Amino acid sequence: MQYFVQQLINGLTLGSIYGLIAIGYTMVYGIIGMINFAHGDIFMVGAFTALIVFLILGALFYSVPVVVALLVMMIVAMLLTSLYNWTIEKVAYRPLRGSFRLAPLITAIGMSIALSNFVQVTQGPRNKPIPPMVSQVYNINGISVSLKQIIIVVVTALLLALFWYLVNRTSLGRAQRACEQDRKMAALLGIDVDRTISITFIMGAALAAVAGTLFLMYYGVIAFSDGFTPGVKAFTAAVLGGIGSLPGAVLGGLMIGFIESMWSAYFSIDYKDVAAFSILAIVLIFLPSGILGRPEVEKV
Amino acid sequence: MAVTVSPERDSVATPVQRATREALYAGAISFGLFVLFIGLKTGQNISNELVLTTRWGLLAAVVIATAVGRFLYVAYGQPFMANQKITDVATGLLPASVASRFFQLPAFFVAIIAAVLLFVFNSSLAGWVGAEPAGYLQFLRALAVIYVLACVIYYFRAFIHANFTKLGIAALVLYPILVVAVLSLSAWSIVGGLQGSLKWVDNFGIQILIYVMLAWGLNIVVGLAGLLDLGYVAFYAIGAYAYALLGTQYGLSFWILLPAAGAMAAFWGVLLGFPVLRLRGDYLAIVTLAFGEIIRLVLINWREVTNGSAGISGIPKVSFFGLMSFNVSDPNYIAKVLGIAQSGAYYKIFLYYLILGLCLLTAFVTIRLRRLPVGRAWEALREDEIACRSLGINTTTTKLTAFATGAMFGGFAGSFFAARQGFVSPESFVFLESAIILAIVVLGGMGSLVGIAVAAMVMIGGTEALRELDFLKQIFGPDFTPELYRMLLFGMAMVIVMLWKPRGFVGSREPTAFLKVRRAVSGSFTKEGHG
Repeated sequence: MQYFVQQLINGLTLGSIYGLIAIGYTMVYGIIGMINFAHGDIFMVGAFTALIVFLILGALFYSVPVVVALLVMMIVAMLLTSLYNWTIEKVAYRPLRGSFRLAPLITAIGMSIALSNFVQVTQGPRNKPIPPMVSQVYNINGISVSLKQIIIVVVTALLLALFWYLVNRTSLGRAQRACEQDRKMAALLGIDVDRTISITFIMGAALAAVAGTLFLMYYGVIAFSDGFTPGVKAFTAAVLGGIGSLPGAVLGGLMIGFIESMWSAYFSIDYKDVAAFSILAIVLIFLPSGILGRPEVEKV
Repeated sequence: MAVTVSPERDSVATPVQRATREALYAGAISFGLFVLFIGLKTGQNISNELVLTTRWGLLAAVVIATAVGRFLYVAYGQPFMANQKITDVATGLLPASVASRFFQLPAFFVAIIAAVLLFVFNSSLAGWVGAEPAGYLQFLRALAVIYVLACVIYYFRAFIHANFTKLGIAALVLYPILVVAVLSLSAWSIVGGLQGSLKWVDNFGIQILIYVMLAWGLNIVVGLAGLLDLGYVAFYAIGAYAYALLGTQYGLSFWILLPAAGAMAAFWGVLLGFPVLRLRGDYLAIVTLAFGEIIRLVLINWREVTNGSAGISGIPKVSFFGLMSFNVSDPNYIAKVLGIAQSGAYYKIFLYYLILGLCLLTAFVTIRLRRLPVGRAWEALREDEIACRSLGINTTTTKLTAFATGAMFGGFAGSFFAARQGFVSPESFVFLESAIILAIVVLGGMGSLVGIAVAAMVMIGGTEALRELDFLKQIFGPDFTPELYRMLLFGMAMVIVMLWKPRGFVGSREPTAFLKVRRAVSGSFTKEGHG
């Protein structure tokens, strides 16, 4: 039982990170109907920005309180990563809006290749390890919970609450939901569609940057190629939850996190990704539009 | 860079004012993007800790280059292109008026003379000007040759356009002979000797043709049936491992295993096809991506059979249809049988013709299938699935045959790849490969075989050519390694080509079903499918 609860906690931590990235996929999909393949690399850029900020802080000040350091890393990462995603949207996706469906998919893949190789060229191909920032571990009834995990879950919960408020209670969120349902009608009603889409990309990137900072803090290492696997997992999570649905993205992220940690605990760690992908395929056979997704209506 | 500003503000500003403003914005944005990534570099010190070094000069150069580039584009590029659009009917790659100004007869003759002179007097010129400017001379020579070729293509464009397929196939058949003849016999060649010329057959010819074949195979699934497949590389892997395992374990010949590998890949295509038949659009995309990843992960982790990440080596070579072998130690080694000198060149050239044959087979089958009921059903499925169903087409079997046929060609290409490399490992079958193949299909214009071949040549040949640009070292210093920038440029090229030609290189399609006359129609009439 203790072992099970322990795995549950590990899965929750992992799932939180996936959920944060998955929101970026699902929001972009919901509003312009494209898979933003560069999102995994946006996450990596966020983590790398956090790493560089961490090194700058270390070089400039003798010692910085961990909370301050984490906050600064997160905020700078959010700002710069948003700038990246905003630029990518403007340069590579906006000119192709209204073009055929596969064109932005290809530019997104191109951007993904370009981003990860840009980081490789400028920062070198090696793994970048940082010294552990937070190392406390609490022991409750034989279940060990590290402070890192608590930070991840708390930050994710806070952000999700804020995000929920933004989408459901502000005029910006209303504009976003309107664009999602019918872009042309929203434009006729005076909503600046281009601006709303830009803000969607910025929000998705900001969440991915937080996920990147938390990832860096949790694992203590990042490399230029680290965007792909979490990106694909988060995308899987978004589809599993029903792409386009925000609660679905979080639910899918948590599910993928649980599947992974349970499978590595009880079966084999080598095949944890195979398990996650297989469960995705099985779920989609029975629920072709994901768990919380709206079924697509076929119109003649 | 296609950033646009709202038109209200532009109406008052002159182009130069607007360009200045845009340039300032672009500079500020690029400063924001690059300040941490180019301005600082993370490196390791002696005790393996990360340390930062600064590169402010490089950062300033990049920011200024972005701003200047943006200024030039907005102030001169955009008005120029807008003018072109009005005066020209843009045909082909270049608008007609630009082309006629660019390719003029006097310039053509000057370029020919310059190229000949530079070739003939290369060594004496190099001795005269010294080693460093000689690099520039080589660059000039390359430019002159490219210009002459472009001129020839331009002057004969009508003839080339009319006989494109025949000319293309003839050029492909003659390519290795020409390359070997020209490069190995000439003292003034860029890369001397037979080995140097074989590189052009191997790295360019065979490599590009493998991608052409893969892209033509994927074209059946994506371009004809309209099913988005992001895991095509899985079938390539299945074909490669089928040949590698059965060839090394049981010593079976390539000619038996080639159809076997194709059949096995087709079988897996059907297996994948079954669960995903109900899925549409991006759900299908993610499941195929997941399938590709599952295959790769199984290849890595099932160590007892696949030898894990270490891969399988010592894969037997292809034999000359079982008659002669390419192993020096065998009694029926080709050089012994024919009584000619020993050389590795025969195998390379044989492989080139083998993959060319496989490519042509793929194209032939695709063209014939499009005229059969099953091919028409694929295209009907892409255009409108509901109409398809109401006309009594069984969409289930139609989708399955598309998956299986596409997968079969992937399997063929895979077993060829294993035979050519002599070594396979899961490293070769990552998602990036699927993405590259899909990009070639889309960039070429989905459904157009010629366009896809051109796209493969441009994208794969272009990135391979970046390995050859040694003269850049003379410009940017000896530390400059063009290979590093290969994939960065590849990604950017994907974006730029897509923005420039969203419908792919070949914008017209030849329908197989027509009323009276077969006429090419615009590619924008064809749909892309929902599956």
